[in-house]
Amino acid sequence: MTQDSPYPWREEGATPFIKIEGLSKRFGSFTAVDDVSLDIFKGELFGLLGGSGCGKTTLLRMLAGFETPTSGSIFIDGADMTHVPPYERPVNMMFQSYALFPHMSVEKNIAYGLKRDGVNRSEISDRVAEMLKMVELSEFGRRKPSQLSGGQRQRVALARALVKRPKVLLLDEPLAALDKRLREQTQFELMNIQDQLGVTFVVVTHDQEEAMTLSTRIAVMDAGRFIQIGEPAEIYENPASSFIANFIGSANLLPAKILERHGGVAVLEHSGSKRQFKVATDSTQVGDTPTLAIRPEKILIDKAPLNQCDNQLQGTVREVAYLGKISTYRVETDIGEIIEVTAPNQVRPTGVGHKIDWDDSVHLGWNADSAVLLAE
Amino acid sequence: MTGKRSRFLLTMLCFGMAFLYIPIILMMIYSFNYSKLVPVWGGFSTRWYTTLFQSEEVWAATSLSLKIAVMNATFAVMLGTLAGLALARIHRFRGRTLFTGMISAPLVMPEVITGLSLLLLFITLNQMIGWPASRGITTITIAHITFSMAYVAIIIQSRLAGTGQDLEEAALDLGAKPFRVLWDITLPQLAPGMVAGWLLSFTLSLDDLVIASFVTGPGATTLPMLIYSRIRLGLRPDINALATIIILVVTIGVLLAGWIMLRQQKQLANRQ
Repeated sequence: MTQDSPYPWREEGATPFIKIEGLSKRFGSFTAVDDVSLDIFKGELFGLLGGSGCGKTTLLRMLAGFETPTSGSIFIDGADMTHVPPYERPVNMMFQSYALFPHMSVEKNIAYGLKRDGVNRSEISDRVAEMLKMVELSEFGRRKPSQLSGGQRQRVALARALVKRPKVLLLDEPLAALDKRLREQTQFELMNIQDQLGVTFVVVTHDQEEAMTLSTRIAVMDAGRFIQIGEPAEIYENPASSFIANFIGSANLLPAKILERHGGVAVLEHSGSKRQFKVATDSTQVGDTPTLAIRPEKILIDKAPLNQCDNQLQGTVREVAYLGKISTYRVETDIGEIIEVTAPNQVRPTGVGHKIDWDDSVHLGWNADSAVLLAE
Repeated sequence: MTGKRSRFLLTMLCFGMAFLYIPIILMMIYSFNYSKLVPVWGGFSTRWYTTLFQSEEVWAATSLSLKIAVMNATFAVMLGTLAGLALARIHRFRGRTLFTGMISAPLVMPEVITGLSLLLLFITLNQMIGWPASRGITTITIAHITFSMAYVAIIIQSRLAGTGQDLEEAALDLGAKPFRVLWDITLPQLAPGMVAGWLLSFTLSLDDLVIASFVTGPGATTLPMLIYSRIRLGLRPDINALATIIILVVTIGVLLAGWIMLRQQKQLANRQ
């Protein structure tokens, strides 16, 4: 195997582990998944991200074998899986509801898949014990699922799905039912386990933060199609459209027109106020009308002028949301647009009120390479 | 105003309940009447219960009714569970609408019609294939199964409709073939519903007079048939005693079925 690279998708000609080709699923007249193709590599933790009804769950269910594709095919490790029933696929799934069998103990739940495979008794008990140890539930083997907390159930579901050593583990909203603290902790546990076992994970989630933290790569879905596939940073920093820019994090979007271009920097004009800004770009033409997207955290905010920045605006703070480590400001600017800015609260505010407060006059600034241009 | 209205409603409720239950309660009280004349109170006694237990006729009818009820409940649960499974889990198959209609038809069909049509069926079958040779315990049981299984099917279907298919899919995903999933996962989930269905079928069969009268033959007299024929000969206090016992048995059955269904609903709610 020549898959030593931690980033096989970056390499030309690398062999994909899961190959999805022209896959579609229609329910009557409704198209849930619309002609999608995707390569997932061995050992990846691949995130399928999208709002509800975007087709991500249907795609996952086709990988598991619960839905038969209307057209297209699925290969896993070189074998055609398109019409293989779920009980014969080298794939296991962790359900959003966990789907633990309520009438069986934790041990029996985990052992169920091994029993169906005819694994002998002593090996079953060894492997179940090993799994329980991995998810730190060794003392809970004889309990029923109803006697466990949400986080413990989640770990049992994970152990049950991993005990058969599947080639691919599918996770449907694995953390959705957990509270925030537990979710963060579990995210890292999942990543550790995935790293230890080297199993390929495909995770469906609607939570962009979860997708960003967990995934090696993310596919953003909308209306049954992939609208962007890439590494988290790539999607965040170079969103393919304004939909993605707003779906992953948030962005200030300004309609603009390119006036001139010198090498890697273009000068553009804001459509409303005719104010000119500089932006780093390597693909746009003079006369194009793209959208200028600037992430709130990439804009500096200060009461003093920000002369060191390539682009500057002035405005009045209309809203302040204090979130502890950061604050979000909504600034009404002199180009007639409300711009959202987030800034870390590095200085402890003394007395009442903050360093920048409601109705303060402020300067905003960002550099040419902090913003991106979006074609649509 | 709400107080006024609620007082009115309460009064109506009391009247309704009284109308329904006072006759039954009176009958139960009079089953302990010493007097031979039904409407005259002659002091407390259990003599009619003693008479009852000494009557061979009553014993024979009771044991026949119980045999039929047990067989009926068992077969109705088996068939009804399969029908309920098909209705709840197989979303598209040829003739599904027809099947759904046919499952619930016995619930709304007048008993006389069911009884008469079954009688005609048994007569025709007897002429054509020589079976059933005579009418009696077998024909009554078959007749009872036809309507009992409809109730079981409805109970099972509603039980399954309330749950997703996650558990079954999880089992499939872990390598269990569909039949194995039915055995390991679906049926244990349905166990409370099946017990409730069994109890309900048991009481339905024990209660039935009309259908049994149609499809029975010489020598096979069920308990309700016995009571009915005795009442026609005039009211006798031992019938009060018999009716009291039946009411107690049926009430316990229905309460038990209800309690089991309620408990399973709570379990379901807890899990979600």
